[in-house]
Amino acid sequence: MNLIKWQRPALTSWPSFGRLSDLRDEIDRLFEPPLTGLARPSHLLSGWTPALDVYEEKDHFTVKAELPGMKKEDIEVSFHDGGLNISGERKSETKHDDTEVYRAERFFGRFHRTVTLPTSIAADKIKASYKDGVLTVTLPKTEDARPKHIDVSVN
Amino acid sequence: MKTALQKDRTAANPERTGPLEFVAPDVNIYETKDGYLLEAEMPGVNKDGLEITLEGHEVTISGRRPDEVAVGKPLFRERHGAHYRRVFELDPAIDTARISARMNQGILFLTLPKSEEVKPRRITVGD
Repeated sequence: MNLIKWQRPALTSWPSFGRLSDLRDEIDRLFEPPLTGLARPSHLLSGWTPALDVYEEKDHFTVKAELPGMKKEDIEVSFHDGGLNISGERKSETKHDDTEVYRAERFFGRFHRTVTLPTSIAADKIKASYKDGVLTVTLPKTEDARPKHIDVSVN
Repeated sequence: MKTALQKDRTAANPERTGPLEFVAPDVNIYETKDGYLLEAEMPGVNKDGLEITLEGHEVTISGRRPDEVAVGKPLFRERHGAHYRRVFELDPAIDTARISARMNQGILFLTLPKSEEVKPRRITVGD
């Protein structure tokens, strides 16, 4: 299944060394059921790759991406050639004059993810919402892509 | 300010069937002359799921995600459904009575002011 084209985002901040302590989490994840764990790319070298889920319903797909601490206007969602693009830039809310940084595990900068949907999508009916740091995109299937129920008639 | 990780994968919750899982949220911590600011990433958690407890000089932040309504068959999953929890040991200079918190789009902002006594102060010299 060719679902995800993964692009490495530009590394615009120091890779957070605090993540090394999460190595155990990464190892733990390997032993979780395959769908929940293995697909998650490591943060260690890649900057920010927001975690993302894709769900399928009879008549639509739902994509959920974790983008905590964004401004709505800094999130870009577009659909092109069967692929959903989610990109944007996260900026720090904290002013850095006169502050000393104790811990920097959060990533600031640009990110980009693309999801290729397996069936055709009614692009003009795509809806996106952002709540509690989670972006939810609903992509309705076109009429032809929905499963049809055919009654078998008996003569 | 020292930090400590605390994870509890076995704590049972009577309302849920599976074990309750916690992960440590990613944080940024800044110090200014007035105090500390802690930012913790807890996407999916809203104000109601947030719990901040203070025990002596240890603060525990925990965020519970509301149960998500099923939205169909998962084709691809990277998000973990775990709750967040992390414990921090506080600088004794922090005035624990004035700690304040706010939540905005999945980020917890915890303001930890230093007590007045430890702030640098200019003393005017009298005649």
